[in-house]
Amino acid sequence: MRNHRARMGVAVICLAIVAMLAAACGTSSSSTVRTTAASQKVSGAVVVFAAASLKDAFDQIGKQFEQANQGVSVKFNYAGSSSLATQIKQAAPADVFASADTTNMDTVTNDNLASGPKNFASNTLEIMVGAGNPKHIKSVSDLANSDVKVAVCASDVPCGKYTQEVFKKAGVTVHPVSEETSVSSVVTKVTLGEADAGVVYTTDVKAGGDKISGVTIPANQNVTAEYPIVALKDAPNKDGATAFINYVLGPAGQKVLQSFGFKPAGK
Amino acid sequence: MSRSGQRFNPVISGLAAIAALFFILPLTGLVIRAPWSSMTKTITSSGSLDALWLTLIASLATTALALIFGFPLAWLLARVQFRGKALVRGLTTLPMVLPPVVGGIALLLAYGRRGLVGEPLYSAVGFSLPFTTPGVIVAESFVAMPFFVITLESGLSSMNTRLEDAARSLGASRLTVFRRVTLPLIAPSLLAGTVLAWSRAVGEFGATITFAGNLPGVTQTAPLAIYISQSSGKIDEAIALSLVLVVVSLAVMIGTRNRSRSA
Repeated sequence: MRNHRARMGVAVICLAIVAMLAAACGTSSSSTVRTTAASQKVSGAVVVFAAASLKDAFDQIGKQFEQANQGVSVKFNYAGSSSLATQIKQAAPADVFASADTTNMDTVTNDNLASGPKNFASNTLEIMVGAGNPKHIKSVSDLANSDVKVAVCASDVPCGKYTQEVFKKAGVTVHPVSEETSVSSVVTKVTLGEADAGVVYTTDVKAGGDKISGVTIPANQNVTAEYPIVALKDAPNKDGATAFINYVLGPAGQKVLQSFGFKPAGK
Repeated sequence: MSRSGQRFNPVISGLAAIAALFFILPLTGLVIRAPWSSMTKTITSSGSLDALWLTLIASLATTALALIFGFPLAWLLARVQFRGKALVRGLTTLPMVLPPVVGGIALLLAYGRRGLVGEPLYSAVGFSLPFTTPGVIVAESFVAMPFFVITLESGLSSMNTRLEDAARSLGASRLTVFRRVTLPLIAPSLLAGTVLAWSRAVGEFGATITFAGNLPGVTQTAPLAIYISQSSGKIDEAIALSLVLVVVSLAVMIGTRNRSRSA
């Protein structure tokens, strides 16, 4: 009786595990296609952990990549690069990591979770303000005015680190009203009008359309953010990871990135 | 031991043990992984202390607001008959099931600088709630107060009102009846509701970071500090701060549980 019950329990647990595995692999299909960039056969799901600032461009690249490779689906996890690096170190099942800075990429490669990242794009910073620039912000030093509510990224995420560099180069001390966990949250706070200004990427200002305006930061105060990408050593879908990275580095991927305001990688 | 003389049932006990372990194991993980050697240093670092202090202040203010405004609301829902009561009850307790981040967005749209109420307020007095400590309290109240209201309401509805009638018929004033009859009868649910609301406020994350933002010393409560630490790879800091919250909350939960039983 006892034994029987125990066996039932084991059977139920096994069933649950099988069901979970099946769900995880549900997207894989047997059809394989040649990729243009690297002539390997790829199939199944490619899981891409990408910096929040890449969202619009990577969504587009993902769609095109799926069209070019029948039977492949790309799944994105967008967050601040530091969150993603932490998740990867805690063995999240990712195939590709695209970071908004080299520091967070280094923490992943230093842990031997990947090697040989390649820079695929670069970005600069810009000041995002409300549409029509109601507070008449003209320069980085205007952000130090006490009547300007400034939202920035927390210094642990790449955009926050770059923002501090910009403030340092401009020689200003800014007292932000909030240190947001990702650049997208800074964009939200400015778009909703809660903050008067935010320091974001040039690509974010471009994506914001006419709901916001941008104030250019001169080159001598600005920083260049290099975006590295890498296939993870424990990638469940290694071929898919390589194919996706090649697509991003290739002409089609680069074209999409530039249409969203990214600049080519500086190398 | 067994008051009602229930027989030991292996199936029920086994399932109950799994349920208990399910909650105990993650906490054990926290304790094992805790950076004990650097614990005091981590907790007493100015950033952590600021976050803990702010958590305490904001959660106590939230609890006070719940008592001041939530008590009348619970009374209304339990004792007064009016049209649309079910709707009012549904709407005021909705935050219990809403993802807190949705609450945060809704709060921005209502009390933000461009919000329904926030905009006239800002143009009148030049003050807006987001990015301020009062903003944290508003976010926590939105999420935590419903727990107080619903607990107290059920206490008020289930108490025997004939005792109040009897006291009044014997000449007691309304205030005396409330103080000497009603309050002692609802004391357990009042205490339970207060503790629930307080502990929910202590743990509030989503509405706070969305509505009030994240600024150390001003709006960065302990849960926000923990999130920032863990997402930037400072897992030891995150664990240390988490343990403080766990220990304090556990002590309060166990302490009040014993008291409400003996009451």
